[in-house]
Amino acid sequence: MDHLPNLVAEARDAIDAAQDIPALDEVRVRYLGKKGEITALLKGLGKLPPEERPAAGERINQAKQELGSELDRRRQLLEKAALDARLAAERLDVTLPGRGQESGGLHPVTRTLERIEGLFTRIGFDVAVGPEIEDDYHNFEALNIPAHHPARGMADTFYFDATRLLRTHTSPVQVRTMKSEEPPIRIVCPGRVYRSDSDLTHTPMFHQVEGLLVDEDVSFADLKGTIEDFLHAFFERDDLSVRFRPSYFPFTEPSAEVDIECVMCSGDGCRVCSHSGWLEVMGCGMVHPEVFHHAGIDTERYKGFAFGMGAERLAMLRYGVNDLRLFFENDLRFLRQFA
Amino acid sequence: MKFSEQWLREWVSPQLATQALADQITMAGLEVDAVEPVAAAFKGVVVAEVVDKAQHPDADKLNVCQVADGSGETVQVVCGAPNVAVGQKVAFAQVGAVLPGDFKIKKAKLRGVESRGMICSASELGLEEETSPGIMELPLDAPAGEDFRAWMGLDDSTIEVDLTPNRGDCLSIKGMAREAGVLNRLAVEGPAMSPVAATHDETFPVQVHDGERCPRYIGRLIKGVDVTAETPLWMVERLRRSGVRSIDPVVDITNYVMLELGQPLHAFDRANLHERVEVRLARAGEQLTLLDGQEIALRDDTLVIADSRGALAIAGVMGGEHSGVNAETQDIFLESAFFTQLAVAGQARSYGLHTDASHRFERGVDPELTHIAVERATALLLEITGGEPGPLIEAASAEHLPAPRQIVLRRSRLDQALGLSLPLEDVTDILERLGMPVEADDHSWRVAVPSWRFDVAIEEDLIEEVARIHGYNRLPVRRPQARLGLRPDGETQQPLSRLRRQMVARGYQEAISYSFVAPELQKTLLPQAVAPTLANPISSDMSVMRASLFPGLIKALEHNLNRQQSRVRLFETGLVFRGELDALSQIPMMGALVCGNRDPEGWAASGDKVDFYDLKGDLESLLAMGGEPDAWRFEPGEHSALHPGQAARVLYRGEEAGWIGTLHPAVRAELGLKVEAVLFEVRLDALTQGQLPAFTPLSRYPEVRRDLAILVEESLPVQSLLDCLREQAGEWLTEINLFDVYQGKGVEDGHKSVALGLTWQHPSRTLNDEEINQLVDAIVTESGQRFGARLRS
Ligand SMILES: [Zn+2]
Repeated sequence: MDHLPNLVAEARDAIDAAQDIPALDEVRVRYLGKKGEITALLKGLGKLPPEERPAAGERINQAKQELGSELDRRRQLLEKAALDARLAAERLDVTLPGRGQESGGLHPVTRTLERIEGLFTRIGFDVAVGPEIEDDYHNFEALNIPAHHPARGMADTFYFDATRLLRTHTSPVQVRTMKSEEPPIRIVCPGRVYRSDSDLTHTPMFHQVEGLLVDEDVSFADLKGTIEDFLHAFFERDDLSVRFRPSYFPFTEPSAEVDIECVMCSGDGCRVCSHSGWLEVMGCGMVHPEVFHHAGIDTERYKGFAFGMGAERLAMLRYGVNDLRLFFENDLRFLRQFA
Repeated sequence: MKFSEQWLREWVSPQLATQALADQITMAGLEVDAVEPVAAAFKGVVVAEVVDKAQHPDADKLNVCQVADGSGETVQVVCGAPNVAVGQKVAFAQVGAVLPGDFKIKKAKLRGVESRGMICSASELGLEEETSPGIMELPLDAPAGEDFRAWMGLDDSTIEVDLTPNRGDCLSIKGMAREAGVLNRLAVEGPAMSPVAATHDETFPVQVHDGERCPRYIGRLIKGVDVTAETPLWMVERLRRSGVRSIDPVVDITNYVMLELGQPLHAFDRANLHERVEVRLARAGEQLTLLDGQEIALRDDTLVIADSRGALAIAGVMGGEHSGVNAETQDIFLESAFFTQLAVAGQARSYGLHTDASHRFERGVDPELTHIAVERATALLLEITGGEPGPLIEAASAEHLPAPRQIVLRRSRLDQALGLSLPLEDVTDILERLGMPVEADDHSWRVAVPSWRFDVAIEEDLIEEVARIHGYNRLPVRRPQARLGLRPDGETQQPLSRLRRQMVARGYQEAISYSFVAPELQKTLLPQAVAPTLANPISSDMSVMRASLFPGLIKALEHNLNRQQSRVRLFETGLVFRGELDALSQIPMMGALVCGNRDPEGWAASGDKVDFYDLKGDLESLLAMGGEPDAWRFEPGEHSALHPGQAARVLYRGEEAGWIGTLHPAVRAELGLKVEAVLFEVRLDALTQGQLPAFTPLSRYPEVRRDLAILVEESLPVQSLLDCLREQAGEWLTEINLFDVYQGKGVEDGHKSVALGLTWQHPSRTLNDEEINQLVDAIVTESGQRFGARLRS
């Protein structure tokens, strides 16, 4: 009984010396286990005179409690250290790239077409498509371009035979829509078109988006408003200058070419705009009555406007692409830039 | 249309600088393509006279000349030109002059003889593209000492206008001047042109047999012209500045009048005309040798000028070689005719020709010009070549001449079209300035169309003219109004954009390749394919329409492999073209190609190559989007481009919708492709189909799962086994999961073990073991009978 203080001191030292949970458990067993040394003291109480027993018992219990809490404290400490060690061991380099498939990307022309379609469908236009091998009637005649018309020289046409050809514009889709639907008509026609021209600034195939709106009381002012809104939205610049120049297309009257302030030099003049400060981006006009006659639309009641633009040209201006031919080489190093 | 600004300003001269004038013309719809100086920059060149010429003592080809340059002293200059002569007026670059190309003239010694300056050739002054051996000879009345540049009027610009086909009326100085006059509210006045009095009364018979195509034909005999006369420098210069080369005085004058007025003219050698001039349709096969030496066989829809012996010229297109003016010509027959657009349209092109004359007649030449032009040309001829003019010989059919046209422009239509109500006087003023006499009232304008405006035929044309002259950019801007109506939107249809994005999410880049491909490549891949061939391809490797997306994808693969891109994942959507023209299908499809490693290169990548199942998985992810996976099947099949053991026909609702497979090794060898590639293409009309989701109540009762390992012959398609299982597994089967296919140790040769997890669940009660055992027994029995399958123990 007299050695209790020594025993407690010895146990404390052992607790502090324990370096891990198993070692700590051993200490606990040695002193506080069923056969532990402190437990043994309790068992030995019976050998003491009865009057001494309560006081001795209290001392032993107190020592037991003290050692118990010492053990808990030490256990928490060791557990925390163990957790810290595990966490340290499990550290990852979170800057390593992730695992698995990388994303691909849309072609810049598709990206541009979808963007244009989106702008127009949001204000109530539908998307219309049609065949690419067309006939003379839909590609020319119905658009007021009869045989031998000088305007046929404006687009060098790929022919299969005397009457079948690759469409030179997506206007045949407009013709087909006007023939099959009643006004009001609001459509955009995106798609591949073909002209037998191949040099630095022409590819024999390219993409157009044409638009058509036919309704009562449609005016040139509506056309101007639509085009200006579109160009501002497309280039995300409300202050972009837009101008309309009189021009000629057999299927519209009046007709206009649309120029925008050069987006490369903000109109100061650069190589892209041939130092004029302006870029020609689309053609447009009021639907020619002859086109309505072919489509069976009453020209006294209805008016319409139409416009057309080249998707590659807009993509080049929007993304700064300087070589048209890159669009059809499908070089991954090019395509990946538009993901 | 290319013209000299100075020449234009002789007719009308707006108070505008060159660029401002060009901008004004452009904004009126006559797009100026280029404004260029007519001569390169140079200075210090004067007009001088060669007063003496002596042989250089030490050089055979050099002369030592003395020139009078107006300074009061003669200047010695060594000149190597063969044509230098005493008495000549020349362009003389004095010491200190700077010629084009920043070439400075200094004092020099040529083979020991001092030379102070240089006598210039036209090319040295940048007035001619080709290097000429001789110096430029100036007219004898050129004033010595005068600054050459000023005297020649070289501070001038060439303005090139890209005219749209409707504005044939502007294909002349007169036409451009008319337009500039309208825009600037200026009167237009050209040089005085009055009829020339005949000095003899000899004529030549003219018979027009086709008045519809040639409503007016004027001829005139001019006798005794001197075709060896020199075209005056001022005319040569104006022609040059209009992009026309000087040939001989007669041709130059006809070209000059065409440029000035817009009326093409032609001069015949009278000596080569027999009996009469006829205007008639050619006889089929009739031969004609053209001015350019080309021999052609005429068609019978071609209008010709002929004499009693045969065709002399294609009317309004090109003259013939034999009847043209040549060095021996003495008397000429000058033609000024009005051929209709109909007569000339398409003719030049059909013979592979395009001439200044055909360009104008196709677009319409003012019928009122015929007389004016012939008189103008006669006057110029008399001035330059001399000669005796006869009376005009005219054949006209009044009923075929364009009738005066009147168009009514309604106030209501104009206002509606422009979204603006212009004051009556403004509209009247615009129309009258355009040369259109107007009768106006409150509701309309009755407008007489001038003879030169072939493009103005309907009310809308007048609306355009008013808008154009008023200025498009001064017209109002408005947003269209429309009723807000919802439109149908099929929910079961997959938008193409979703399918594309699915491919993008699975690591594919979108390709766009040409719709025409090399016939050899298409043949290698699809020897049976029938697709339309272009009659006029840009090149032979772009001459046949693609019958499949495979050729384009493979071409794109090759392009990338050649650029060190070994991992290629591409997809494309677009039409393929199948069948003869008369039974053509233009089918929208989506195709894809994979090649190289399955994973992008990386620290965690496996390094495995892609195979059939990778691409099939990607395709299945597309098919799953429609929500009807059971509508799609893959069945083994043979395709010319694909490996026979690794190709499947893709079926949608039992119909062929496409193909998937590994590129055939033999095809690869033929194409020189060293790597394997897997491809698919599937019709978009099938891919975009789908069905509406249909809810099934969730069961509250437990699932039962049994895993079976079934041994079957290696060659048995798993699909057949799965079909059999589904058939036998009863209506409570909810899922079959194929989780392993094994061959090797423990499985006899020629067989495979297919491991399947089958899950059942009843909507309203718990399934018991006995029921499931019966179903499993049925599966084993049936598949045993059908395929010899048995459970692996
Ligand atoms: Zn610019």
